[in-house]
Order: sequence, then structure tokens, then C-alpha cells
Amino acid sequence: MTHVRETKAKIAELKREAPASFLRRYVFSLDHKVIGKQYLGLALVAVTVGMILSWLMRLHLGYPKLAIPGLSTLYPSGAAGGVMTPELYLSLMTMHGTIMVFFVLTTAPFAGFGNYFLPIQVGAEDMAFPRFNMMSFWVTFVAFLVLLAAFFVPEGAPLSGWTAYAPLSAVGKDAGPGQGLGQTLWGLSIAIFCIGQLLGSLNFIATTLDLRTKGMTLGRMPYSTWAWFITSVIGLIAFAVLLPACILLVLDRVAGTSFFIPAGLVISDRLQPHAGGSPLLWQHLFWFFGHPEVYIAILPGFGIVSHILAAHIRKPLLGPRVLIGCMAAIGFLSYVVWGHHMFLSGMNPFSAMLFSVPTLIITIPATIATLLWIGSLYGAKLRFTAASLFCLGFISVFVSGGISGFFLAQPSIDIYLHGTYFVVGHFHFVMGVAAMFGIFAATYFWFPKMFGRFMNETLGKWHFALTLIGVYGIFMPMHYLGLAGNVRRYSAFTDDYMQSAQPLHQFITIAALFTGAVQLLFFINLIWSRFRGPAAPDNPWEATTLEWTTTTPPPPNNFGDTHPIVYRGPDEYGVKGPNGDYLMQTDPAGA
Amino acid sequence: MIPVRVEASRASRTGVWVGIAAITMTFTAFTSAFVVRQGSGTDWIHFRIPALLYVNTLILLASSGALELARPRMTRAAALGDAPAQGASTWVAVTLGLGLLFVCGQVLAWRNLVAQGLVLATGPSNAFFYVFTVVHALHVLGGIAGLIYLLRRLGQVPASLAEPVYGATALYWHFMAVLWLYLLLLLTVRL
Amino acid sequence: MGKLFALLVAVIAIVSTAFFVMHTWWMPPDVSVLGEGIDHQLLETMTASGVLFVAAQLTLAFFVWRFAGNDPARPIKSFPGGPTPMVVIATVLVGIEVVTLSLVGSKVWAGMYLTPADPASLQIDVQAEQFAYYFRYAGPDGKFGGLHPDLIDEGSSNFFGLDPANDTTARDDIVSSSLVVPVNKPVLLNMHAKDVGHSFYVPALRIQQDFVPGLVIPLHFTATTPGKYEIVCTQLCGLGHYNMRAFLEVKSQADYDQWLKDQANQ
Repeated sequence: MTHVRETKAKIAELKREAPASFLRRYVFSLDHKVIGKQYLGLALVAVTVGMILSWLMRLHLGYPKLAIPGLSTLYPSGAAGGVMTPELYLSLMTMHGTIMVFFVLTTAPFAGFGNYFLPIQVGAEDMAFPRFNMMSFWVTFVAFLVLLAAFFVPEGAPLSGWTAYAPLSAVGKDAGPGQGLGQTLWGLSIAIFCIGQLLGSLNFIATTLDLRTKGMTLGRMPYSTWAWFITSVIGLIAFAVLLPACILLVLDRVAGTSFFIPAGLVISDRLQPHAGGSPLLWQHLFWFFGHPEVYIAILPGFGIVSHILAAHIRKPLLGPRVLIGCMAAIGFLSYVVWGHHMFLSGMNPFSAMLFSVPTLIITIPATIATLLWIGSLYGAKLRFTAASLFCLGFISVFVSGGISGFFLAQPSIDIYLHGTYFVVGHFHFVMGVAAMFGIFAATYFWFPKMFGRFMNETLGKWHFALTLIGVYGIFMPMHYLGLAGNVRRYSAFTDDYMQSAQPLHQFITIAALFTGAVQLLFFINLIWSRFRGPAAPDNPWEATTLEWTTTTPPPPNNFGDTHPIVYRGPDEYGVKGPNGDYLMQTDPAGA
Repeated sequence: MIPVRVEASRASRTGVWVGIAAITMTFTAFTSAFVVRQGSGTDWIHFRIPALLYVNTLILLASSGALELARPRMTRAAALGDAPAQGASTWVAVTLGLGLLFVCGQVLAWRNLVAQGLVLATGPSNAFFYVFTVVHALHVLGGIAGLIYLLRRLGQVPASLAEPVYGATALYWHFMAVLWLYLLLLLTVRL
Repeated sequence: MGKLFALLVAVIAIVSTAFFVMHTWWMPPDVSVLGEGIDHQLLETMTASGVLFVAAQLTLAFFVWRFAGNDPARPIKSFPGGPTPMVVIATVLVGIEVVTLSLVGSKVWAGMYLTPADPASLQIDVQAEQFAYYFRYAGPDGKFGGLHPDLIDEGSSNFFGLDPANDTTARDDIVSSSLVVPVNKPVLLNMHAKDVGHSFYVPALRIQQDFVPGLVIPLHFTATTPGKYEIVCTQLCGLGHYNMRAFLEVKSQADYDQWLKDQANQ
């Protein structure tokens, strides 16, 4: 038995039961809970930057001749006199997309909340590889710094969009402002980000498969755990493809290769020295990653919303196995649809038809999931908290975003709508709104467990109501613009283009600024509650899963001296239990 | 409660398999880029890989063999309880040495090519040659870090605790050899 | 709270749908032969989606309002039939839509992208560059001159890199910054890009196609109504992307012939 004793000693050493230095405890911590909070902190900074960029963009689009105060100080060449140049607009747009997709939507719901709660929800003491976990955060942090550095180099941040299509992104400085060092830093940043994500996925998968506590069968895992697990599998494959793509892009830029650049290009009056590469190759590699990526952004939201909703309807969700099956089906199908981003790209038109079919078929599990959520409300006893309101709002905005996707999935309709604001409205609804609602719901729900204090519910409800109105005001009109043929990624609308749409653009700008201002409610709530919120008990929501069986906040090894034993699934609401109308997963049979 | 020892061993093997899946996906992406690029331009000049690479292959295969020779010693020591796995350490050290030799051999091959003026920018076949072999070598360095860690563990903890580390490291190291054989075939036949 | 949520969602759903139904912001009139198929597909999809959208949002709103948990005595109920009706509805309803739209849509798509152009089409060479389009007609000899990127010279308006000195077929090529075509005549565009990716979008014709540097991509259409229509770039190509625009001028056959003659005489 000396082995077990020694093992326990090793684990205790790893578990920092006697807290070490400040650095070891808060900076280079191996504790998944600290790492989760670090990721959430990073995402919070990133979303602030991304949101400010979006305000600047919308101000310029709504009022193109407006001199924005302070802008010329920040960007003396890009905004002389405070009026944004086209190249500055496009750089801000590129950075907005990149920061939001990678450092907010991939980071907060998955790396942030997932790191904190997955080990606890499966009853483990920590993630399987704590050192890799710590590395994954710091690698992601470095990736963020490298990306932000692009703002400060002489040529400025890249302007080729978060999609960085070649050859614009691959040829280098000749392609214009923003396409110098900034684009190379972009490529390096994303490559580094991929490595961080791969280390993270490694942990999620191994922990879910191997570190579940006694009685925690796969079938008894909470929805959120399933969602994080499926997301980590998708992420593993997707980021493993984006990494080579970025490496090849950077090589084209700095090493004189021609992976993505064909022969005979004349840019800035110079015949480019490249030959034989394929711009479509970049698109295929990028979208092979890019489509699963958007499901990486939304699936944790599916799991989180299901998890939180179950606790607020006080009855089991409709069709738990079916719901999980839908998440898995969406994850699987996400790999065979990437060409729907490329219907008009010049790839073989026959493949457009091939890609369209699975794209439309994904509608089926997505619809089933939505109907299961709505159907679960039937006969429920809904509790309205800020968390549950954001879950209900999630359903509404996911319906909106999903339905616009239905149009774009058909190549014949995409001919008209591709490259217009219809697309912008679509992806913002599903990513910028639905996924964000999932993050908000998670925050309000899990804040008490993480920090031992409640967030203010009144502020939270105002935050919800005003944000719901605001986001519909921003993104629904974009569909009308798209139908009118208004093209996206334009830095301004010249006097002879779509002037009839300008009032709608101004409306959107005002809605965006309004919604941005409303988020102050959230920030204030977060900060104030962190230090002065009312104390929260161990299980404030009367929920069933393992995170609520332990203390608030949890001890360093999550469960103290004993490991939880699980007797039942996470759905036992509406049954008579020792503490009310529910049975926790650790309540033995016959309680 | 599942004994932590078994947990740790299962988790580290799962981890390596997951890592293998990711690395395979990365090289699949590089391979498809390779195939597409070969077909898309008219500037492909076939490139014969240096003979040194075949020598390096033998070194890498030998290192895998050496690592396998440690296995029965590990198993025996673990079954005997706390016995240190002395014999195993030696073979792991041999593996490490051969692994380093492999990497040095690759670096030598690259330097020879650069001296001949064949660099990344020379042409697409050269570019892919470097991309495949350099990325593989970087992953081998990761495996070397694992071997160093394994050697340290063998000196620190009983064999039964070190066994899962050995198992995971060996799996990864053999995968490096399998991957290399695939690359060798690809580069010999299609480059 | 439930009532407020229900009200918000219901109002938002109805107001949003109203703007779609009223066509307040809408597509320009369609002026192409194949456009009708696309418009029909779009309207079909919009009707089906609109019904589903309103139904889903209003059901959500209703359930939230109806099943708010303020009465502790009310027993909880499960949706009749459990998850099965949901699976069936989703699979059947969406499945039928998917199959129908795919079958019909693929015909429309094939008509545009998988059907070869009419052999008697008017062929026009299109070059996209940062930040303009140029259109080249074969001229009286009916032959296009060869292209030489190293000869491209904006200063002397040699946008395509023609070599009239050595290439006789290039001498009478007509280069225009407007795309001028005769009405009701099939046109075949051969599209290439000089520098980076661009795209060719004519909302009125319901056509769109990316330019891929290194490739020459064909695109054909037949315009049905004379007039002047916007061509805009939809593939981010640099700082001037927002201003990269040209015009399609559809003329009567007589006017087109006159225009061609005038161009040739220049």
C-alpha cells in the first residue's frame, strides 16, 4: 500500500493544499478553477476591446463623415482629423472578428467555464494534466498579446478580415496598408492560439473519459459536460487543421514560398515573384476549421442553457438522450459542410450541391433541440432569474439566427445573399448573440459557486430585457439590408450607393451604442458583486449536479476529503427529495 | 473509488492517443495541401530526398527498438513492487541518445541542402520537404522532452508509478517512428 | 417577469416579420432570364421560414407566460408524447422542406453554373483589380489578344497587358470600364483577377461569382430589360473595396451595335 500512500503524497503536492507563493497560487496555478477564472478574465478583456472596436465601426458606418474624438490621437495616420480612413475601418473590422471569435467565443464558454466546472461535474479532483492545462492558458494569453501587437506596428493591424483570404493576406506589404507585419503577427497569433486549444482539448477529453468518479457513467453526465466534451473533440480536429494553414500562410509571407499565391499577379504595379499556389487551398483549409469553429462557439451554449434551464423549470428536460444525441450529431455533421462558405468561390459548382445537402440536414438536429427546449417549458414551473431569462432569450435568438441560416444553406439563394448584410445578421445572431447569451446565463448561474456571492438579480433582469431589445434592434435590420443587396465589409457607403439604406444603418448604430451602454449594467454587477454581493449558500438554485454538492467556493481539490459517489442522473427535478422538489446526483437511492 | 494510480495511467494513455489524433490531423492537412499544390501549379520540380534521411530512419527505428527493450524490465520491476527499474533506465537513456542523434542527422541534412542553395523559396517541392521534416522534428523534440521526464521519474518514484509514464512515452515515441515512415514514403514517392 | 418576456418576444417577432412581409427593403426588380427561379426559391423559403419563425417565437412566448411557476399547487406536466413528437415534427417538416428546396434549388443552380453557355454567346473578358473592373471585347476580328501581365501599364491604359505591337489579334480589342451588352442576348463572361481575390455581383441580374487569381472563371447570363445596373465587389480586396464598382448597361440591339462601332472607331 506504499504505492497508494506515495501517490496520494504526490497528488497532495500537486494540489497545493498548502498554498505556495503568490505566483504559484494565482499566476501559474495548476488548479483548474484558477485557470478557468484566468480564461474568463482574458475573455472579459477581449470582449471589451472587441465591443469598443464595434462601436467605432458602427459610428463610422452610420455617420461616415463624423470626426470621432480621440481617434486621431490613437491613429494619427489612420484617422487624421478623427475621420476614419477605409483602411483603418477594415483593420478594426478584422481585429473585431478575430478577437471575438477566438478570444471570446472559443475562450469563455469552453475554456473558461469548462475548465472550472467540467472536473467538478464529473467528480474529479482536477483536470487530467494540470501542467498542460496551465500551459494552455499562458499560451492563449501570449497569443492574445501577439495579436494586440499588430495594432502597434508601423503598417497597422491587418485588414483582410478574420478570414484572411489569400492572396491578399499572403503577398505581404505590396497588398496595401495593414498587410505588412500586422498580418504576419495575426498568423503567428492564431497558430499559437491553436496550440493552446489543443492542449486544452487534450485535458477535457482525458478528464471526461478517465477521471469520472464512481457512479458517474457517461449517461449520468450533465448536459454541460457532454457539450464541453463534444466541443473538445470537434476542437481537437479543427484546430489541428488551422495550425498548418497558418504556418503555410506565414511561410508565404516571410519565406518566399507560394502555397497560396499563383503566378502572374501584379500588385501595386509590381509583378509578384510567386508562382503556382492556390488561393482556394487557403479557403478549404480555413473553412475546414472555420465551420466546426462556429459549432465550438455555440455547443457549450447548448449544454449550458440545457443545464440551467433544467434547474429553473423544476422538471426533467424533454428527451435528455435525444438532446445529447442532437449535440453529437451537430458536432459530427459540422465536418462535412465547410464548402457552404465557398459556394461562389470558384470551386467546382457541383460540390456546392454536395455541401448544401448536409448543411440543410444539420437543420434537423438543431430544430429537434430547439423544440425540446420549448417543449420542456410545457407544464413547467418556471423560475425567472437573470440566468434563466438569458436561457429563454437564447432560444429566441437561436431560432432567429438559425432560420436565416436556412436561406444561406441553399446555393441558389446564396447567389444573391452571399457577401451581403444578410450573412452578417445571420452569424451575429447565432454567435454574437446566442453564444453571448449562453455566457451571460453561465455567469449569473455559476457566479455564486465561484465567488461565494450572488450577483444582483434586479440589475441582471434589466440587463437581460434591455439587451434583448438592443440586439434585435442591431441585427434584425441587417437582414433587410441584405435583401436589398447591401454589401458587407464596406468601410463606407458612398453617396451613389444604397443611400436609401443609410437611415437603417443609423438606426443600427444607435441600437449598437445603446446595447453597448447596457452592458455597463453587467460590468458593474460583476465587480460590485465580487466584493459586496450577498453571501451565497452551497446550493442556491436547488440544483442537482455535483458542483452544488460541494462548498461555495469549492476547496482546492474540489470535494475535500471524500470523493462523491453518484447514484442518479442530473435530471431529478420535480421529485420528492430530502431538501425539496429535487434529488441531487449524490443522493442515494430510496431517499 | 477508482485507485488514483489506475486513473493516472488511463488518463495518460488517453492523452497520448488524443495527441496522436491531433498530430495525425495536422499532417493530413499538410498532405492535402501538398497534393493540391502539386496539381495546381506548373512549377513543380521533382526533388529527391537526401540519402542521409534513410540513415536517420534507421536511427529512429533503432531508438524505438531500444525503448521496447525497456518494456519487459519495467513490467518486471513494477510487478515486484517498489523495486527501482534499473535496467529500464539504461534502455530509455539509449533511446534518448538515438533520438537526439536522429534530430542532429536531420539538421545535418537540412544544412547540406541549404549549402546547395535549396531553401524553402526554391520551389514548392523544396518547401514541402522542409515543412514536413521540420514539423516532424519539432514533434520528435517533444518526445525527447518526454523521454527526459521519464528518465527523471524512473529515478524518483517506484517502478509501479513510473510504468504509466513509460507506457505513454513509448506510445508517443513509436508514433513518431510510424509518422516518419509515412512521411518517408510520401516524400520518396511523390515529392 | 414571464409576461414581460412573452410580450417582448411576441412584439419583436411580429414587428420583424412585418418588415419582411411588407418588402420595405427589398431586392431590385429582376432583369435576367434565370433570376425568376432564384426569386421563387427565395420567396418559398421566406414563406416557410416566416411561418416557422412566428410559430416558434409565439409558442416560446406563450409557454413562458403560461408556465411561470408562481402557483406551488400546480402539478408539473410533461409534453404529451415526450420527445417523440418533436423528433417527428422536426424530421418530417424540415426533411420535406430540405428535400423540396434541394431539388428545386439544384435545378436553378445547375441552370446557372452547371449548364454550358450558349455557343452563340457574346464573349466578354473581365478583369478585376484593386479597385476597378475592366471589360474587353474581341473587336471586329472576333479574336481576343493574348494577355501579358508584365506589360500591364495603368498610365497608358493598357489594363489587360495587351501587346498590340506584336499581336495582331490584340490590336482591335475594345476595353471599356462599363459592361455594355445587348438585351435578350446570351452573354458569357470570362473572369480573371490581376492581383487579389475580388467578386462580381449584380443584384439586378441575381448573379454573383468570385474571381480567383490564377483561374479564369466563366459566368453567363441573359439580360431581359434595358437599363443601367450596378456591379459591386463583394470579396474584400483592400482599402478601396467599398468603392469598387462598375455599371452594367443593357441596351437595345441597335444601341449596342452603335456603341460597339463608336468604341471601335476610337
